[in-house]
Amino acid sequence: MSATPLLELRGIDKSFGPVQVLRDVALSVHEGEVTALVGDNGAGKSTLVKCISGIHPTDSGEFLFEGRPVSVNSPRDAAALGIDVVYQDLALCDNLDIVQNMFLGRERSKGLVLDESAMEQMAAETLAGLGVRTVRFLRQHVASLSGGQRQTVAIAKAVLWNSRLVILDEPTAALGVAQTAQVLELVRRLADNGLAVVLISHNMNDVFAISDRIAALYLGQLVAQVRTTDITHAQVVELITSGRSGALGTGSDATTWGAVR
Amino acid sequence: MTATIVKQEGPSDVAPRPSVGSHLRDYLARLRDGDLRSLPAVTALVLLCLAFAIVRPVFFSAANFANLFTQGAAVTVIAMGLVFVLLLGEIDLSAGVASGVCATVLAKVVSDLGHPWYVAVLAAVATGVLIGLTLGFLVAKVGIPSFVVTLAGFLAFQGVVLLLMREGTNIAINDEVIIAIENRWVPPPIGWLLAGVAVAGYAGTQLLRHRDRTARGLVTEPVAVVAGRVAALALVLGPAVYVFNQERSINPLISSNKGMPIVVPLIAVLLVFWTFVLDRTAYGRHLLAVGGNREAARRAGINVDRIRISAFVVCSAMAAVGGIIAASRDRSVDPNTGGSNVLLYAVGAAVIGGTSLFGGKGRMINAVLGGAVVAVIINGMGLLDLSSGLKYLFTGLVLMLAAGVDALSRRRSAATGAR
Repeated sequence: MSATPLLELRGIDKSFGPVQVLRDVALSVHEGEVTALVGDNGAGKSTLVKCISGIHPTDSGEFLFEGRPVSVNSPRDAAALGIDVVYQDLALCDNLDIVQNMFLGRERSKGLVLDESAMEQMAAETLAGLGVRTVRFLRQHVASLSGGQRQTVAIAKAVLWNSRLVILDEPTAALGVAQTAQVLELVRRLADNGLAVVLISHNMNDVFAISDRIAALYLGQLVAQVRTTDITHAQVVELITSGRSGALGTGSDATTWGAVR
Repeated sequence: MTATIVKQEGPSDVAPRPSVGSHLRDYLARLRDGDLRSLPAVTALVLLCLAFAIVRPVFFSAANFANLFTQGAAVTVIAMGLVFVLLLGEIDLSAGVASGVCATVLAKVVSDLGHPWYVAVLAAVATGVLIGLTLGFLVAKVGIPSFVVTLAGFLAFQGVVLLLMREGTNIAINDEVIIAIENRWVPPPIGWLLAGVAVAGYAGTQLLRHRDRTARGLVTEPVAVVAGRVAALALVLGPAVYVFNQERSINPLISSNKGMPIVVPLIAVLLVFWTFVLDRTAYGRHLLAVGGNREAARRAGINVDRIRISAFVVCSAMAAVGGIIAASRDRSVDPNTGGSNVLLYAVGAAVIGGTSLFGGKGRMINAVLGGAVVAVIINGMGLLDLSSGLKYLFTGLVLMLAAGVDALSRRRSAATGAR
């Protein structure tokens, strides 16, 4: 594990009017690891992700990328750093095929003309590099794909563009058992290939199956960030529902960093 | 994510070489899944032609064949522009009367002001671009639904035409070049040459594509399928040029009348150009993406507003070209040019051809095929000498049928997950 986290947040605050959604959040995400972000509905997971991806500017706090302070004020800034968010269902155009979707907005051209063959070749190589064997034909419309295949394409798109931090928002929420297993395997492979991965999930089985660290949000506070091996299923559920679990969580002196690292 | 279980391929993932048979099976499977493409339009075209030819044999005469094209040209060109707007799931109700405004500008510049034809054509197209910019701005930047913006335009532009005419009745056009578009013919040998160039050009691009994909080891279509498509084009163009080149004049000694109308190669050029733009450029790809999923397109970094404005600009500019063609056909412009049912015919042409009213699906060839269907209906009903009440009724029914096919095939696609 590298010493400096790829992404480090310190003291992030975010309010919408009178409502404080994030309170003094500190989070670190390492390359080659899957960091699971857990928390109940309304705990602030989505807001935190939107802050990281530049959709919402933060009110205060430090944003460090590779140890250097950066300011991320728009999705473009985040993309320039190599931060990519894979949303559940918003990322793909149903009326375009797999290759067209993977290159959308960043098409390869020879002069004015799109270089379809080169794009198809690169898409095929990327999918093969990820060990994806579930997609039969690269020129089929995304509408004809299963949920798992769609997630695969969305994730592969992030890899194609050399993203360094991939945030996955509930990637398995709508999937069946077999498809979930495939997508999780792919997510694990992203981390093994050296990317930093943040996985938002409600599913404890998924979280324990592939994550290296678990960060728990409770009412806008990051109450714990621990190695997955150091915590049990029940403890995580306790953190999510009450914000504390034994020595972990709010109220105990050894919050967040100290105790864990 | 319904019944389409993930297809597990074996570890030996060699790209399968599709045969002609598997290609045909894929096509039939797509049809079953509601991906009808041009099939309804082609079927309608064949059935209508057969029906009219049986009832009125004169329908298949060389003279009427040329008539079909000159009658349908303006509507077809306006429909081509409408495809851009429909692709985004928007509508332009003002395209018809916008073509009237542009035709009036053309007539003003060439007849009243006495400028050469190319100045007038430029002025007409520029007027179209300006109209499109205005509509697009109101839709994309101000956020008024396109239905309302263009409905307002539909009313306002009729007023503009009347004002430009100073409540006059019409402006005659005497410029030979503009009249030639719809009233002069391509010499027969040139007609054959153009058809040959078209087939050779199509074969060439298909062949280059095939070789490029083979060289890169990508899945290719069977050579027989590629050759079949080229042969099909030749089989359509060959007989068409042959019929065009028949003598249509009753007394050839007085005036000879043969060759394809000049508007036919004009439409062919527009078809090839816009097909290229939609299929082969980043702009066309972005247009489809915005029509398919605006939010995804925005997240991919596409300037959605600019794409939406541009679609209205293309639509109105093509309406201008349609207006020029209409002016050429009538040799004059009057307050009815582009009015009454021109827009409905154009929308009908686009939808009958297979352009979806829901956005994201449509090609240039759709507009041309649909335009052909509309032209056949108008022409055939004229030959049958139907009352105008019946004509309106029948045309309305056909449009409703086309929109129904669109909606049903869309439902079928949604059910099967295909598109």
